[in-house]
Amino acid sequence: MSALLKVSDAHVAYGKVEAVRSVSLDVADNEIVTIIGANGAGKTTLLNAIMGILPLTGSAAFAGADMASLDIEDRVAVGLSLVPEHRELFGTMNVEDNLQLGAFRIAKAIAARSFERVYTLFPRLKERRKQLAGTLSGGEQQMLAMGRALMGAPKLLMLDEPSLGLAPIIVADIFRTIGELRAAGVSVLLVEQNAQAALKIADRAYVMELGEFVLSGPASDIATNARVAASYLGFTHEGESAI
Amino acid sequence: MNTTIMLFLLQDGITNGAIYALLGLALVLVFAVTRVILIPQGEFVTFGALSYAMLATGQVPGTARLAVAMGVVAFGLDLYAARRSLRLKLVVRSVLLNIVLPVAILALTYALAGPKTPIAINIALSLLIVAAIGLFLYRIAFQPLAHTSVLVLLIASVGCHLALQGLGLVFFGAEGLRGPALSNAAFTVGPLRFTGQSIAVYGLTIAFIIALWLFFGFTLMGKALRATAVNRLGARLVGIRTTLSGQIAFLLASVIGAISGILIVPITTLYYDTGFLIGLKGFIAAIIGGLVSYPLTAVAALVVGSVEAFSSFYASNFKEVIVFTLILPVLVLRSLAAPAVEEEKD
Repeated sequence: MSALLKVSDAHVAYGKVEAVRSVSLDVADNEIVTIIGANGAGKTTLLNAIMGILPLTGSAAFAGADMASLDIEDRVAVGLSLVPEHRELFGTMNVEDNLQLGAFRIAKAIAARSFERVYTLFPRLKERRKQLAGTLSGGEQQMLAMGRALMGAPKLLMLDEPSLGLAPIIVADIFRTIGELRAAGVSVLLVEQNAQAALKIADRAYVMELGEFVLSGPASDIATNARVAASYLGFTHEGESAI
Repeated sequence: MNTTIMLFLLQDGITNGAIYALLGLALVLVFAVTRVILIPQGEFVTFGALSYAMLATGQVPGTARLAVAMGVVAFGLDLYAARRSLRLKLVVRSVLLNIVLPVAILALTYALAGPKTPIAINIALSLLIVAAIGLFLYRIAFQPLAHTSVLVLLIASVGCHLALQGLGLVFFGAEGLRGPALSNAAFTVGPLRFTGQSIAVYGLTIAFIIALWLFFGFTLMGKALRATAVNRLGARLVGIRTTLSGQIAFLLASVIGAISGILIVPITTLYYDTGFLIGLKGFIAAIIGGLVSYPLTAVAALVVGSVEAFSSFYASNFKEVIVFTLILPVLVLRSLAAPAVEEEKD
């Protein structure tokens, strides 16, 4: 499989503080990759830098082309999309307008199909389409943020903590939808603190600690790794010592 | 006071208020999209009005040449900003927008200007010239500062106002100018006399408000502009360029300013610096609307116009003082009623 996203030796710094140090990762076509790690490990920083919101030193290539000279809007145009931690919805506009703007760069005919697809994935959004985005519940806002990103027909969807602050039943719903995206031909790079749920749907995983990747491999291997189990999944495998 | 005088004053106030409403709406629009408090709005009024007045006498106004000069600077900035990834498509677009457009407008002005040019063509030329100036003003002065605080943008805005006012003195001289009326028709209803000009003021104001409402409510570009105002990062994440939104906002503001100027200049003599005071009254209306509410701004503008009309009748020496004092109770009320808002950091 060819790498859709390839990041090599990436550093991201806030002034003199390096939040991400020498990180390399890749995401292949039709793959779900997760980055798990504790609060403050640098996961969000890394995603923001890949999207072009923060400057990244090192290299980041998308579909084989280097992204150094591309700004956020150009990256959206080539098929990269980010659902940020704070969702960044247009609160005083209704659901339908939010979704329509998600397809800002897409031809009208394709946007109509995108609407269809998003409403199938999230029937709740169709019910609420005339409601203002700011008045939706947390779960619905997350669905809208994902829906808006999908309207642009991205090749790679980056999700930053989609489960943050949501009820468990909604989290399950959101994760089921992420799993379904693969069938629709969208690759996913998922950043999560909820390691258990993330590892269940992902193909591969990276474990991030203090700005560096300390572990990577198939999600099933990571899930059974003793160290990960102890630090992120909250239990130890029988017969193995923690760390 | 008798009813006739009151009606006269009210009519006068509403005519002026309609103009202030247009300017106030433009200010709210520009602030919402770019966070710039557009002090040079008044210069758009003056440039529009005086360019029109000069064209009516058959001369080519200096503003047409200014547009070309600003276009060249904007082109240079575009090249400099894109120096690391110079793509042909970008350069071609920049040449078309920054060089070809203003040169074409200048050529058109030279070709068409003459003492017998119809009013409609003069209006169109003035609007084109001022629209180009507005577009380039954003590119030159505000786009490079897009990430700074409201205060920095305000300082830049004051700088632009002073610079453009100075240029206005160079182009139009210290003498005031008056332009021909759009229409000489007039009719009377009871004691009131409606001139074609005042009807044009009402008609155009209403038309503009409806057009803006349609634009922001129903077109993708209008919604994109609103999205930029609501959430800048969110807008960028769906691929809406902040610079594009800024350009459109400035384009609209400059056209609105120029229209206002063209509507006023047959009624009162305008000088190179008159626009500032007119713009400030639109600003008062915008402040009463909290720099966010379009309907409140429009209503406030009518109040400002009426207060101005009545105070110029009763205490004409204090006319401006009374109008600008309107802002005080609003500010006090707002600071008491509204929770402290921290400035957006981005």
